[in-house]
Order: sequence, then C-alpha cells, then structure tokens
Amino acid sequence: MDQLLSPEEARLVEGLRAGEEAAFAAVMREYGAGMLRVAQMYVSSRAVAEEVVQEAWLGVLKGIGRFEGRSSLKTWLFRIVANTAKTRGMRESRSIPFSALGDAGDESSVDPDRFLGSGGRFPGHWAVPPESWAGAPEGRLLARETLDVIERTIERLPPAQRAVITMRDVQGFTADEVRNALDLTETNQRVLLHRARSRVRNALEEYMR
Amino acid sequence: MRLDRELACRDIVELVTAYLEDALDAPDRERFEEHLVFCDGCDNYLEQMRLTIRATGSLNGGSFPAELEEKLLEAFRGWRVG
Repeated sequence: MDQLLSPEEARLVEGLRAGEEAAFAAVMREYGAGMLRVAQMYVSSRAVAEEVVQEAWLGVLKGIGRFEGRSSLKTWLFRIVANTAKTRGMRESRSIPFSALGDAGDESSVDPDRFLGSGGRFPGHWAVPPESWAGAPEGRLLARETLDVIERTIERLPPAQRAVITMRDVQGFTADEVRNALDLTETNQRVLLHRARSRVRNALEEYMR
Repeated sequence: MRLDRELACRDIVELVTAYLEDALDAPDRERFEEHLVFCDGCDNYLEQMRLTIRATGSLNGGSFPAELEEKLLEAFRGWRVG
C-alpha cells in the first residue's frame, strides 16, 4: 500500500497505527482546526461540531488499520469528518447548506459603489481602483497583525466558505481534494472559494489603506 | 465557463478565481488577460488576490481547543489496532 501517499503521509499513517503520540500531535497541528471547521458546515453549533470531531476521530481510529492509501490521508480524514457531520446534521434536521450555497449565491465580490454606473462612458469600470500593494513596507503583508486580520475574517465567514478557504488556502488541499472530501461540484467549490477569498481581500484592502 | 460580451472591471473581479483556477475557456482567458493589459486597477486587483492567497497560506491552521485535543488523545491512548 501507500504508494499513492506522500512520504510524509505514509509516515503519519504508520505512526498512528503504532500509537505514536508524535503522529497524533502532527495530525492535530496540521488538520485539527480544519476538521472542526468542516464539522461546523453541517451542524448548528460549535459544541455539536466538537462532538462530531470526537465521533469522527473514533471512526478514524477504527479505520486506520484498513486504510489503503487510495486517497490521500487528509482527504480520507476530512471525508470521515464530513460524513459524520452530515449524519449528525440530518439527525438535527438541519438543512445542508450546500443546496443553496448558504448565503453566498449572488453577493458582490467588491462593493458595487467602487464601479462607475451605467450612465457614463465606462459603465462597470473602476471609479475607485485598487492600489498596488507593492509600495507597502517589506513584510507588512505577513506581519502578525495582518495575519490576525485574515484569521478574524475567516472566522466570521459563513461555515461552508470558511471550511473551503481553510482547506484550500491554509492547508493546501487541491480543488479536487476538497471536492472529494466534501462532495461538492466543481462550480460550488469554486464559488465558495471565490466568495471567501474576496472577503479576505476586502478586509486586507481596508487594513492596508 | 463562457462569456458573451466585453469584460468590464466589475466582471473581472467575479472571474478572478476562475482565472486563477484555470477554469476559463481559452477565448475567455484571452479576453481576461487583454483587459489586464490596459487596466491597472484590475492588474492591481489580481495581484492583491495573489498576495491575499499567499498571506492566507502562512496562517498556522487556526486554533484547536486544548480540551478537545485532550479528549481525542485519550481515545488515541485507549486504542490499539485490532
């Protein structure tokens, strides 16, 4: 087995099977927050999401011995969390947000007032164009305070957007890995990512001014 | 994705993720890129989006409640591969 896993993932799987706490800590550090965010997509509260992660973790322990590496470890982990959360969400009889993409269907990526109206010569073009960030002091974008702005913005996103941007941009999943783990269409995955990234950019633009 | 008219800046900001994900048809991709050539605002916008993605990628993954981690660790300790 394991030929489809990266060497790091293969080592993690071996470590988990051997009961090594270092492997446990590595998985939590890397994926813990993401698992919680995925759970929150499908259930009504943070407390229930934490229970889902616990239940899913028992499923992970039960299944790790038979895990054959046909998907990456992280895709497998997140599928278990998503499926556990969906089941729990249905029991709570909470509607699955993806049916309507949550509240993200038709919001604008940028405040419509930033564009010229239909009356003038250039309708839909910038009235207040974005400025280059190239002039910002070196390192400002990656400064602790800036990252806090991003973190807070992500925390406030609707749950599905928050889960997708966490998986894609924080944890480095590919689009296909997210689609597989969360059972999303290509378009839905992209729309959720787009809405989330747009909101984070807006927050940064505000902060960088 | 297929577009049927000239792109305004308002359209560009909605297509930027499709562009970065390589989900635009070749002709649309070309129109998107043509727009950027003459529009500094959109060029800056795309650059801001790339920088946003890079900065987000340097987050440490978010916080995980210590209490929850402790519970998972207990389950892990109590478990042996059957």
